[in-house]
Formats: sequence, C-alpha cells, structure tokens
Amino acid sequence: MAVKDRVHVPEQPAEIRKTNFLEVSLGYTPELAQQEASRCLQCKIPTCISGCPVGIDIPGFIKEIAKGNFEGSYKILKSYNYLPAICGRVCPQEVQCEGLCILNKIGRSINIGALERFVADWADENNIEYENENTKFQFNISKAKDKKVAIIGSGPAGLTVASELGRYGFTVDIYEALHEFGGVLTYGIPEFRLPKSIVKKEIAALEKLDVRFFKNIPVGYAISVKEILESYDAVFIGVGAGTPKFMGIPGSELNGVYSANEFLTRINLMRAYKFPEYDTPIRIGKKVAVIGGGNTAMDAARSALRLGADVTIIYRRTEAEMPARKAEIEHAKEEGVKFYTLATPVKYIGDENGNLVAIECIRMELGAPDESGRRRPVEIPNSNFILEMDTVIEAIGTEANKFLLSQFPDLKTNKYGYIITDEYGQTSNPKVFAGGDIVTGSATVILAMGAGKKAAQGIMKFLSENR
Amino acid sequence: MNQEELNNVILRKRKLAYGVHDVWIKNDLIGRQAKPGQFVIVRISEKGERIPLTIAESNGEAFRIVVKAVGKSTYELCSLNEGDILYDVVGPLGKPSEIKYHGNVLIIGGGVGIAAILPIAKALKSAGNNITVIIGARTIQDLILRDEFTFADKLLPTTDDGSFGYKGNVIDAMKIELEKENYNVIWSIGPAIMMKLSSEIATKYNIPIWVSLNSIMIDGTGMCGGCRTVIKTDNSEKIQYVCVDGPEFDGRYVDWDSFIKRLNQYKEQEKLALERYLKEVGEPTWL
Ligand SMILES: Cc1cc2nc3c(=O)[nH]c(=O)nc-3n(C[C@H](O)[C@H](O)[C@H](O)COP(=O)(O)OP(=O)(O)OC[C@H]3O[C@@H](n4cnc5c(N)ncnc54)[C@H](O)[C@@H]3O)c2cc1C
Ligand SMILES: Cc1cc2nc3c(=O)[nH]c(=O)nc-3n(C[C@H](O)[C@H](O)[C@H](O)COP(=O)(O)OP(=O)(O)OC[C@H]3O[C@@H](n4cnc5c(N)ncnc54)[C@H](O)[C@@H]3O)c2cc1C
Ligand code: SF4
Ligand code: SF4
Ligand code: FES
Ligand SMILES: [Mg+2]
Repeated sequence: MAVKDRVHVPEQPAEIRKTNFLEVSLGYTPELAQQEASRCLQCKIPTCISGCPVGIDIPGFIKEIAKGNFEGSYKILKSYNYLPAICGRVCPQEVQCEGLCILNKIGRSINIGALERFVADWADENNIEYENENTKFQFNISKAKDKKVAIIGSGPAGLTVASELGRYGFTVDIYEALHEFGGVLTYGIPEFRLPKSIVKKEIAALEKLDVRFFKNIPVGYAISVKEILESYDAVFIGVGAGTPKFMGIPGSELNGVYSANEFLTRINLMRAYKFPEYDTPIRIGKKVAVIGGGNTAMDAARSALRLGADVTIIYRRTEAEMPARKAEIEHAKEEGVKFYTLATPVKYIGDENGNLVAIECIRMELGAPDESGRRRPVEIPNSNFILEMDTVIEAIGTEANKFLLSQFPDLKTNKYGYIITDEYGQTSNPKVFAGGDIVTGSATVILAMGAGKKAAQGIMKFLSENR
Repeated sequence: MNQEELNNVILRKRKLAYGVHDVWIKNDLIGRQAKPGQFVIVRISEKGERIPLTIAESNGEAFRIVVKAVGKSTYELCSLNEGDILYDVVGPLGKPSEIKYHGNVLIIGGGVGIAAILPIAKALKSAGNNITVIIGARTIQDLILRDEFTFADKLLPTTDDGSFGYKGNVIDAMKIELEKENYNVIWSIGPAIMMKLSSEIATKYNIPIWVSLNSIMIDGTGMCGGCRTVIKTDNSEKIQYVCVDGPEFDGRYVDWDSFIKRLNQYKEQEKLALERYLKEVGEPTWL
C-alpha cells in the first residue's frame, strides 16, 4: 500500500489562478477522495482526533469515504461540525488534525481537510440534508422552547449558536451591522479561498430553521443594549475582534497605506475588484508591500497580486514562524508573491500630495524566545534600507471591537478589552453569553464555532433553569 | 421588526438648491434612536458603495438627510423619487454630540453643513444654551434651510456675493462675532477647509470647537480603519477612527493637512465613476 504520498488535490494552475478570483483548490473527485481515504490506517487510538477542536470522528468519516458511502460519511461529519464545507477549506489543519496524524512519521498525513470538504460539497451537490439529533446535553429543554434569544454578530460564532438553538425551536433573532451576513467569512477571507456562495448556503440553511436574520442593525445604536436585554431572555455576543491595529509608525496616514481589513473589505464585501461596475474604488498600485505573516497577510497579498500588482510580503521573523496556514504560504509563493523576511518597516515616505512612495525598513534577527515560545525579532542597528512601494497593507493583527462594548460598559472584560466568560460562554451578566474572537482575541473559525456550541449549551441550561 | 417593515422608503423629497436635496426616509429604528451628531450609511443599489450622511432630523418613524450631489453615488441618490426604496440603510452611527448646558454657544454651518448643525443647534437650545448661529453659502440660492433656524437667539446668515445677509463667508462672520462676544464652545460643520480655518481661529481664542469630520468610510463600525485620522493633543499623537471615536472632534487637535489629503485618495476613480455614470444616464436634469 503506497501510504507515503497524499493524493494531490486538483487546483487551478498558478499562472491562471493569479489572474482570477475563482477558488484555487478544485477539490477531490469521488475517485481521488476514495484513494486518499484508503490511505488512512484507521488507527485504534486516532491521534488526529485530539487535534480537532470539535473532536470529529475522523477515522469514522474517512472510512465511509473509502467505502464509497459518502452520505454516511456526511452524517458523521455533520454530527460534530455544522460547517464542514467551510472548515475543510480554512482550518489550519497542519497544526490541528493533520498535524497529529500518525502518518506524519512515515510520510505525509492524510489530507483530512480536503476529504472533509469533499464530503460536504458532495452532500450539497446531491441535496443531502441531515439534521443532527443527538445532543449530549441532558435537561428539559421543552420548557424553554418559548424563549427568545438575540445573537449579535453573524460570524461563525453567532451562526453556530443560531444553528444549535434554532434546531430546538427557540426563537432566534440574529443581528448584523453590515449589509451581508457571515462576519470574516464574508468580508475577510477572499473568494479564491472560500467562495461566498458556500457561506450563503449555510445561512439559507439556518433560515429553514426559522432563525430570523436582521442585517444593517448595529446593536447598541439602532437598538439599545437596554432594549435588547429587556426584549430577550438571553443574548449571545459574537462581534469578533475586528478592529485593525496599525504599527503607528510615521506616515501611517498617507494615501496608499491600508489596513488589511480595509483592503479586504473593499474587495470581498464591496467587490472593488470589479470597479467601476461596482461603485467602491480601491487603489492597488504597481508595487505593494504587505506587512505580516498570518492568514490575513496572505489573503491581502494574493488579492493584490490578482489585481495586477507586484507584491512583497515583509515579515519580521522567518518563514518558519509565520502563523498563516502552510498551504496558503505555498500557494502565495507559487503565484509569485515575494517574501522578504527578517525585516520590518519603520517609516512610510510620502510625496507632497500625501501619497505613499516608499517605505523605510530595518533588518531584524531572531533573539531569545518570548512568552509564546517563538524567538523574538530584534532590530539590527543601522541596517535601514528603502523599498519603493506605492501601496502598503498592514496585516499585523486586530484588537477587541469596541463598537458594541462601548455601549455595554457593565460587561466585564480583560485588560485587552476581550469579554470574560466561563466555560459555557456566560459573562458577568448571567443572561449574556459571548464567544469567538471577542472572547479569545483573533483565533480561528473552528474555535469560534466551538465557542458557539458551548455557549448554546450554556444558554439552554440557563433558560431551562431560569424561568 | 422585519426588513420589509423597515423598508427604507423615501417618504418625501424636496430640492433645496441646485444639487442639494432634502430627503425623508422611513426607518423606525433610526427614527427612534437618532441623536444629534449621528449619521447613517446608505447604499443605493446592489452594486453601490456605502456612503455616510448626517441625520438632519428624526421623528420616531423616519429620518431626514440633506444630500449634496458631488459624485456618482450622491448624483444617483438625488435621482431617486418619493416611493423609491434605498437598498441598504444602517444607523444611527457615531457618537452623539455633547449636548448639555455650556452657556454661550456659537454654531457655524457652511454649505450642506447647515443641515448637520440643525439638530445640534435645536438640542443645544433646548438644553438652555444661548445660541448664535452663523450659516453661509455662496449665494442666496445655496443658503439652504435658512427659515428653519428661527429658534436661535441670534441668526447670522452670510453669502459670498452679498445676495443675502452679511457679504462674506462664515469665517469672516465668525471673526467679527468672536471680537464682540464671549463664547464657551463652538460647533463648526461644513467643507473641510472651512472647519480647518475656523479651528485655527478657535485655537487663537482658546475656545473648544467641535467639528464633524467627513472622512471616507466603509463599514462605519470601527472594523476597517479607513476613516482614521490623526489627533494631536499637547504631547501625544494618536490615530482615531472617525466612525466610532467621532465623527465630532475638537478641531484644535485635528491634523488637518493629512485629513484633507486623505479625502483625495480616490479622486481619479471618482472622476471615472461619475463620467461613466453620466454617459449612461445623460444630462443630470434632476439635480
Ligand atoms: C483575512 C482573514 C483571514 C482569516 N483566515 C482564516 C483561516 O484561513 N482559517 C481560520 O480558521 N480562521 C481564519 N481567520 C480568523 C477567523 O475568520 C475568525 O477567527 C472568525 O471569523 C471569528 O469569528 P467570530 O464569529 O468571533 O467573529 P467575526 O467573524 O469577526 O464576525 C463578527 C460579526 O459581528 C458583527 N458585529 C460587530 N459589532 C456588531 C454590532 N454592534 N451589532 C451587530 N453586528 C455586529 C460584525 O460586523 C461581524 O460580521 C481569518 C481572519 C481574517 C480577518
Ligand atoms: C460622517 C459623515 C457625514 C456626512 N454627511 C453628509 C451629509 O449630510 N450630506 C452630504 O451631502 N454629504 C455628507 N457627507 C459626505 C458624503 O458621504 C460624500 O459626499 C459622499 O460619500 C460622496 O460620494 P459620491 O460617490 O457621490 O462622490 P465621489 O465622487 O465618490 O466623492 C466625492 C468626495 O466625497 C468623499 N467621499 C467619497 N466616498 C466617500 C465615502 N465612502 N465616505 C465618505 N466620503 C466619501 C471624498 O472626499 C470624495 O473626494 C458625510 C460624510 C461623512 C463621513
Ligand atoms: S474541523 Fe478542522 S480541525 Fe477538525 S477535522 Fe475538520 S479540518 Fe480538521
Ligand atoms: S491518525 Fe491519520 S491515519 Fe490514523 S486515523 Fe487519524 S487520519 Fe487516519
Ligand atoms: S469606516 Fe471603517 S473603521 Fe471607520
Ligand atoms: Mg463615490
């Protein structure tokens, strides 16, 4: 049995895909999926499962693929993960499930993400519907069925809470400040990595559960916090960590200096890549620098590349420390994004009209490890150099979104402004629950969903006990 | 509270001057919650951009905006009629104005900024302040809403050509007024250059001055950072997000040069968008 090599997932060739926004990965065909699935050793003690934040029965769903029973596989998947089509595409598998697959020892791990995605897409194409019936939570929820729950924010955390509660017939209203639902799935992660039609389908599925969706409603403004607390029996906050940080170096106000959030929102939410057919403009420039090494940096870089720019990623550590999904770093390289590591900008230089023309950087070296265990980058004195650039996109992280919390002063937050909760997402106000990035700081889709699941259980428990 | 019930339909529309239209939009949430100083963001079509507009008045069921046509989206907005529905409306956004008793308040509105100061002036008057209002435009035809400020303790209209009120601009009138009278606080809303100049005068007199920054926005929820502006206090310089930290700031501390340059970020694309639009619709006779 040739277990060493994974079955390659068909992709758009780099030369072609770098000129379009269509999905890069084309996904397995049934034959390829079965081939890959049959590499799985069906371990007695499957280490892969401990790497999955929602504990999917990975050998279980893979076994069914190998047998050709895709429907059965889908049922297993769905019973653990309500958004498999999304997670299969965007989970950082190499540090989660795949990172712990035993096959890493002798070759390459099973491509669990691609298999998960295959099953989800197959089920969608074949109109397979599956409602998860089993709940591990034991208490009398029938009594709580007439309870009303408000969800603030429609990212993966909020959508998961809606799905969990909607299934039991709770009255669930979900409020979103933007004009489209999905949070980062919609405004952040680009089409070429996560087609928006997939996010839309998941939302349509929730509408079938009678979850009511309200867009363009900034809670705390259009509806006051007091009113929300009075009108609902429980409230879930899933507003994300969407406020971009800036390095704050001189020249940050120049035209051509973007946060990745703005750059990606213009492209994904506002479709600026189709300007002037769509009204929202964007400045791309010829030479674009992206600062950072995470998923957001890769997404911004690859978007700029697709809009015709020459793109360089500038990262203060080395490639080994980059937090982005490895697959995306590889994809970016194949497409022609340049990497400039061990350097960081110290100043943006503009012309007399306030337009960026160059950035001054300094070289770095890796020093002793910091709290996170990664070696800390330190500046090499007098190693400054200039790079000519007309656009720079800072992708150095985000912080707590204060938009709602500024209207909610009683809610306890930690020193970074993230909401403090217990294990079930309950906050300092017993009827208010929270989860996702606004609790943990920027994390991942699957962790936001995991938090949503826990919070849904917490809410059910709370509602059944407080009548 | 269904989307259909909110419906964002245009209830009333009136032309105030060439290219300046007064529009009432039904939306009970905004109508109920709006406070002076706040704004909405609207989208006109499925392919439209998000544009911010100040709430000029609200009545529980609907709210009022005054739009000046300056480019593709505002031309298009002005072309809509009563009964038409706006594609998306979100609000109220931003921090409300600091309405309380200040004492003597000087309120300056220039151009379409006159609409923005209307609710603020009313609220300040109700809070017991003595208010002087300076409103200015190029000519009498452009001097909008001049009959809606009768509640002011003192109203000083100005026109550049002298066709109505004082001949000169609001900055001239402001200087004269500050020589005559002591003011505890000033509000100044209008074109960026007007807000900049009035802030320089306020700095000289050492009077706090609220300006409402009209930076380029997208989400209006603090998520994109595009609206950021530099606020320089005595010993610090910090980045503030106009949509959530503002839109009103003390104009004495705004870094006006970079603010004004950022307003020109998309000049080329904006020109292209308008030309393309006009090619499609022909002469904008409705303006
Ligand atoms: C560019 C980018 C790429 C990423 N790539 C990956 C990846 O490949 N894999 C991965 O696992 N993770 C990735 N992440 C991280 C992941 O997307 C987030 O961890 C996840 O989306 C967090 O979910 P959430 O539900 O907490 O919040 P969000 O997705 O941030 O959603 C919050 C929603 O709440 C809304 N909101 C805020 N305030 C209010 C209010 N007052 N009223 C109403 N609505 C409000 C917001 O508009 C937003 O829609 C990426 C993030 C970014 C930015
Ligand atoms: C808080 C706030 C309140 C405002 N209130 C009013 C109001 O009450 N009445 C009114 O007529 N105008 C108001 N404006 C300005 C209005 O938003 C712009 O005139 C409008 O967006 C221009 O769009 P356009 O496509 O017609 O013009 P364009 O040709 O695209 O742009 C003309 C100029 O408007 C500015 N602008 C462009 N896009 C945006 C954007 N997305 N957000 C903000 N500014 C932009 C730029 O400086 C640009 O140079 C306000 C702006 C802000 C930020
Ligand atoms: S949900 Fe994510 S971590 Fe879990 S098995 Fe799927 S891809 Fe792996
Ligand atoms: S560890 Fe790898 S080989 Fe073993 S069950 Fe999990 S996926 Fe299959
Ligand atoms: S408009 Fe995006 S942060 Fe203010
Ligand atoms: Mg425009």
